[in-house]
Amino acid sequence: MLSEIIIGIIAAAIPLSITFVLVGIGEMFNQRAGVFNLGAEGIMMVGAFLGFYVEYIMKSGPGSSFLGMIAAIAVGSLMGAVMAVTCVNFKAEQGIAGIALFMLGWGVAGMLFRVYIGGTTSIVGLKALDIPFLNSIPVLGAILFSHNIMVYITLVIIPLSWYLLNRTAWGLKVKAVGTAPRAADTMGVKVDRIRFQCVVIGGAMAGLAGAYLSICQTHIYADNITAGRGFIAVALVYFGKWKPTGILWGALLFSLAHSFQRSIQVYGIDFPYEIAVMFPYILVIAVLAISGSSRIMAPTMLGRPYYREQRD
Amino acid sequence: MSLDIQNLEFRSISKRFPGVLACDNVNLKLRKGEILALLGENGAGKTTLMNILYGLYQPDEGEILINGRQVSIDSPQKAGEMGIGMVHQHFMLVPNLTVKENVALCMYNDSFFELDHKAVNAKIREISERHTIKIDPDSYIWKLSVGEQQRVELIKSLSLGANLLILDEPTAVLTPQETEELINLLKEMAAGGCSIIFISHKLNEVKAVSNLIAVLRDGRLVYHGNTNDHSTDELATLMAGRSISLPVAKEKQPSDEIVLELQNVSAMSDRDTPALNKLNLSIHRGEILGLAGVSGNGQTELAEVINGLREVTEGKILLDNEEISNRSPQKIINKGMGYIPADRLHEGTVSSFSVKENIILKDYANPSFSKATFLLNKTISDYSEELVSKFNIKTPGIETTCASLSGGNIQKVILSREITRNPKVLVAVYPTRGLDLGAAEFVHSKLLEARDNDKAVLLVSEELEELMNLSDRIAVIYEGKILKIIPAKEAEKSELGLLMAGVHNEAQAIQ
Repeated sequence: MLSEIIIGIIAAAIPLSITFVLVGIGEMFNQRAGVFNLGAEGIMMVGAFLGFYVEYIMKSGPGSSFLGMIAAIAVGSLMGAVMAVTCVNFKAEQGIAGIALFMLGWGVAGMLFRVYIGGTTSIVGLKALDIPFLNSIPVLGAILFSHNIMVYITLVIIPLSWYLLNRTAWGLKVKAVGTAPRAADTMGVKVDRIRFQCVVIGGAMAGLAGAYLSICQTHIYADNITAGRGFIAVALVYFGKWKPTGILWGALLFSLAHSFQRSIQVYGIDFPYEIAVMFPYILVIAVLAISGSSRIMAPTMLGRPYYREQRD
Repeated sequence: MSLDIQNLEFRSISKRFPGVLACDNVNLKLRKGEILALLGENGAGKTTLMNILYGLYQPDEGEILINGRQVSIDSPQKAGEMGIGMVHQHFMLVPNLTVKENVALCMYNDSFFELDHKAVNAKIREISERHTIKIDPDSYIWKLSVGEQQRVELIKSLSLGANLLILDEPTAVLTPQETEELINLLKEMAAGGCSIIFISHKLNEVKAVSNLIAVLRDGRLVYHGNTNDHSTDELATLMAGRSISLPVAKEKQPSDEIVLELQNVSAMSDRDTPALNKLNLSIHRGEILGLAGVSGNGQTELAEVINGLREVTEGKILLDNEEISNRSPQKIINKGMGYIPADRLHEGTVSSFSVKENIILKDYANPSFSKATFLLNKTISDYSEELVSKFNIKTPGIETTCASLSGGNIQKVILSREITRNPKVLVAVYPTRGLDLGAAEFVHSKLLEARDNDKAVLLVSEELEELMNLSDRIAVIYEGKILKIIPAKEAEKSELGLLMAGVHNEAQAIQ
């Protein structure tokens, strides 16, 4: 019984963590380049709605889930570009612009939902894969081989983003513009262009993360479907010290805590659930507090626009 | 492929910043293989002019000609393509990348994915062998000393095929020996066909290294010609527009009374490495103790532990025989400590505060300036006006923010606050760094005045001349320890230079 519960908790935590990993990796790129995007939450909401809506009007026909996710990526990139124009080209205060983008995303997604859908409607979405043989391996089968395709795609995205950041010229430029933009500029790196690209990537990933939520996890759309996941992802980027694997561990830890508190409720364990619900959040705060700062690897110019002709 | 620059010409270059004319109709010429020294006080427009050549700023008027053809340099990348390389005053390196990655960033700034670590390694090896510049390509920049970072800068420019190098105050951070090495290296590079523009306000170095000199004053070119045509004194007068003589300490009977004493003091640096290592030092009443050393050997940490801004991990600090180690800064200030920090803009002042507010920054709670927590505006204004005129602070008014003043005037605000408070000890860290001769002259005379008023002054500096002119005794710090203390009148530059490099006996020097 106990082992069953534990396997259940772990198996449920993995798909939960994917949302955080997707939006977190995107956010990692824009933070590494020196821009933090609090609007990720709003982008996720619009992505979640559009993904859901595309599949809905196609009546969950073949390929509609993927088309929905592609649409979410597109709208996410677009919203990322809005953020980039505001903060990179026009040097607006990033925190304020991010909050504005979050409010905009929330409002737009909610309005479109009420106009075009109205009530609770479900779609088929992406179901868990039925991988023969592998999923019948005891323990591992349930934990590793019983998820939807996006889980495995995400597991490929993690090493891919590591490679992009650490083994390509583009990755070097990203790290340079987030830490020493003036130095990067003198080395012939186009600071604003790299920052723009990174914010758009962050937006695209946030859009995809939103669509993952509605298409692969809940199969519905509801107002405030993201429930703060975008903001938590921003914290997880700090927690993960701006590294893809760090973000993965952070996302898993948080999701495990989440899945644990859910099973406390599901299995009717005698424990005040109000406290259980708080548990994942307390864990994140505690770990953030004790893990200490990483001054050396941090993008030190995070949040600071770059003006070439400013004397310093 | 970068251009082979045979000659370079500036024609009537002007550049305005809000409220200042940084460059005013400047004309300059330079041929292949020449070393041009660009001289001028702070704010004379040297750096602005070079940033225009390097594509960081756009000129408002005028044109640049390379090999007789007009060129537009609208980005540093474009400058690089034309064979222009620049070593900035503040190093342009990414601290959280390695040496190799920094060079790679320059070589591959056009490519998206492609990054050939082997090719970068080969390039670094080739250049460091050709010019005998030693460096570990896999070391992170933040782990390197300032001198090493400068070598990375040189390698970086050379690996891009630069044949016109701009060096912005390259010797400001080097020991005399390192400076000599750099000057020899630059001469060799020039003989090999490199053109060099050397920005400095240290006249001896300029005499040693350059063939040509251009002197800027208030954005205007006041002299352009051969180095040998003028003596250093004449050049100083050209730079300042008036003759300047730095004050020299008059001999004074030393007092035996020790005011500040450090006993076996240890402390850690920001990077958690040992910065001070059982350091012993004592300063007498009415003397200036000069602290010589290459920056990064514990000077800033020493000043911080004395002022309660850094934890003392071991040992004792005594002010008038009372222990002050690990006390709060406020307690230490009240015991009679004055502090002129190295970073005048961020530590010495609150730059968004007015001159008036900065002047009473340490005395806002003093009963003469506040009653029942309310500030006495009239008294404070009168007091500030008095200090502004006494210290000759050039400011539009006492309500002007400190951020809008020049470096020299910000330093005067700090000096006026610290000296007027009448401390027993005054710790001055790099008090003339980045100041021009006129402002340095003022700071020096005030420090000497403090000494003559029986204060104990600890003067931290990298400028040997400054230390030898002002100090009664000179202590040399190396890796967190005092290597030797020499009476200033017996001190010689060469000996101090060797001590600063950590060589403290004859045998070692011969090796």
